[in-house]
Amino acid sequence: MIVMRMKTGDKELALAAKGGDAKAFSLLLERFYDRLFGLCFRLMGSHAEAEDLCQDICAALPAKLTRFEGGSAFSTWLYRVAVNAAHDRRRRAGTRAKAAQGWGDWEVNRTEAMREQAEAQDWLIRAVGMLSNDLRDTVALVMDDMNHREVGEVLGVSEGTVSWRMSEVKKHLKALKESEQ
Amino acid sequence: MSDDLDDLKAAFSVATPVPDAKRRAENVALAQENLARLQGSTTEARPMKDAPRMGAFAKGIRAMFDAISSKAGLTATTALAAFGLVMVLPVLREGPPEVFTPKPAVLIEAPVLEELIVAEREADMAVGAIASELAPSSVPVLRMSAKSQSRTLVAGSIADASVVAVEVDTEAFASASENTLKVTRETSVSTFSVDVDTASYAIVRSSLMNGQLPPAAAVRIEEMVNYFPYDYAAPTQGVFATSLAMMATPWNENTQLLRIALQGQMPEVEARPPLNLVFLIDTSGSMNQPNKLPLLKQSLRLLLGQLRAEDQVAIVAYAGSAGQVLEPTAAHERDTILGALDNLAAGGETNGQAGLQQAYALAKQMQEEGEVSRVLLATDGDFNVGLSNAEALKGYIADKRDSGTFLSVLGFGRGNLDDETMQALAQNGNGQANYIDNLPEAQKVLVDQLTGALFPIASDVKVQVEFNPATVAEYRLIGYETRALAREDFNNDKVDAGDIGAGHQVTALYEITPVGNETQVDALRYGESSVDGSKDELGFLKLRFKEPGAQDSQSIERAIPTTLEPDTELEFAAAISSFGELLRGSERLGDWSYEEAIMAASNARGEDSFGYRAEAIQLMRLAVALK
Repeated sequence: MIVMRMKTGDKELALAAKGGDAKAFSLLLERFYDRLFGLCFRLMGSHAEAEDLCQDICAALPAKLTRFEGGSAFSTWLYRVAVNAAHDRRRRAGTRAKAAQGWGDWEVNRTEAMREQAEAQDWLIRAVGMLSNDLRDTVALVMDDMNHREVGEVLGVSEGTVSWRMSEVKKHLKALKESEQ
Repeated sequence: MSDDLDDLKAAFSVATPVPDAKRRAENVALAQENLARLQGSTTEARPMKDAPRMGAFAKGIRAMFDAISSKAGLTATTALAAFGLVMVLPVLREGPPEVFTPKPAVLIEAPVLEELIVAEREADMAVGAIASELAPSSVPVLRMSAKSQSRTLVAGSIADASVVAVEVDTEAFASASENTLKVTRETSVSTFSVDVDTASYAIVRSSLMNGQLPPAAAVRIEEMVNYFPYDYAAPTQGVFATSLAMMATPWNENTQLLRIALQGQMPEVEARPPLNLVFLIDTSGSMNQPNKLPLLKQSLRLLLGQLRAEDQVAIVAYAGSAGQVLEPTAAHERDTILGALDNLAAGGETNGQAGLQQAYALAKQMQEEGEVSRVLLATDGDFNVGLSNAEALKGYIADKRDSGTFLSVLGFGRGNLDDETMQALAQNGNGQANYIDNLPEAQKVLVDQLTGALFPIASDVKVQVEFNPATVAEYRLIGYETRALAREDFNNDKVDAGDIGAGHQVTALYEITPVGNETQVDALRYGESSVDGSKDELGFLKLRFKEPGAQDSQSIERAIPTTLEPDTELEFAAAISSFGELLRGSERLGDWSYEEAIMAASNARGEDSFGYRAEAIQLMRLAVALK
């Protein structure tokens, strides 16, 4: 039974879970948890915030699933839920400025093994910290290997807007690079 | 992907931590638990009812209001409901939208409720806080789906050479499917809110001038009809005069067109109260086109000429960050104001929300006893307030409206014009949404009609017509789809409706089938065969409105006689409404063609002092060539 389900598509699993199938739901979580966590991290900018956001999403997911109609890919739908949850979390955190603190208060786990990467991470903090929420959301999704159309679908903007935002991000990165040289 | 993005990606993949195994297990367990709870508790009472329910449409808009229990929801009122209707309809075509299913108990989290209390305690709320009063996630989803739907309708129809090289435009239009025919004996009462917006006509014009037929969703017939000045008698007493007329429907020999028009009183302009205007100007990168920021500057120059020494002007620009560009300045200091205008330059992303907050703060600061304050938002439509805040923004505007500062919206340029949001913001702000595509239009809106646009004479104006089944077999309201009200909303003063400014006119057309003529719907086999009632009246007209600032409504009532005559104004309005229906691809016009509409409009040009009607005929001719 389980073996068969492993081959089942995400959408079918999601629809089964919606109908109350706990096993299907469990499989779905297994499949998506780590990817979801990665997205949460990119959206929030800190390990702790990412864990909390994942918790928000997990708590609400069964109820949200009741409204999943299978009209879009499950991943697109899930990411939309995630981005909305991130917005809710940021809003609850208070002002826009405060929401940016995830990336500002970056707690990097600088073990010896990671020393050589520390510099790259400092750069990442600077690079992402200066982006507006919209741009950051866009980047977080594009970094998941989604194409611009899919990202647009998640964010509810056009593909063109996503492309434009990414060109803005590139501009920011370029300016940052130049300022560092 | 460029090197920079590759670097970013590499940095991300290094930086992304491994999820904590314990938290992961806990989160997964929580999810499982909620799934199980959900299965057992779908019928439990829901603590929060603020998510509109699936039944809203079946039960009419009334049910939607009942379902909105938050404070912001109550103040947002009809305009919001109309807006909801607009957005939702396209979604319904693809089956039930996600947001209308019941919101289960497990979704409600304590922090949200806590925040609600905090938000209510703070009198001067930030938009962000208000957001929490609304259902946290339902509305954004709604908005998203509606937008993407509109986009598919519109995509590609307007080629706009945008500086930011946006390939697909992101225009969104407020529209709803055409009003259906009503059988008088089944539904004798028709209720709607007035609409004095004219944005739709300007959008249609700009499309046609660009060599494109406008997207059907952009065509709102009542706004096209109301674009034109008509020769209606001014009221001799009271706030309004009504003007009724009737003619044979040009496109259907079995029906008549009934016009119900309101003419607002024009108070003595000299006596108008001092005006505080805050220009809230979008200076985001997308505004950097000749038909946007430069046209906006010219338009505001025109407006300045209409202001007086005691009026005050302030300017807030919003792009990446919002900023005050001009502190409150007396309107006669033209050089200072024009200097500040000229210094505006486009650049950066739009941050509409911060800009709006700042503009309202300034307006509050300028407000003194007996003065009128208004925020005039000028934008190309991309508010970028963050998806989760779009509904909250409207609540915020409605809130400010109730505290006395109104909002009008001027739209510029094409490409990402968010007509839907513009309409909704203006409707919630007791203002008008106008679309400015050229300087003559700026002249019409900001000079000729300034008094009307800025000084309301009546608010929440609702129209209700009860048709007489003894004389009218069927009727259809033409246009006003986005303004429909439920019958019981008419008497409910809490339900918001459109406003009428000094000298404004509102024209509504009904296509009616007199009893005895061939009807479009077959008569019922069962039911009363004859209807008692006066044969002298077509129906009964009721208007309900509030004087500005008043809490209680007044009403005007009059019978609609069967003996009405046609007039030129009605003939022109009929031609324009048929033009709108042709553009929408309506099937109600039979063989009626653009050529016939052109002929009808040409015969009914009347005096046309400003050439508006002549221009409309030109547009019809363009449409013939483009169709």
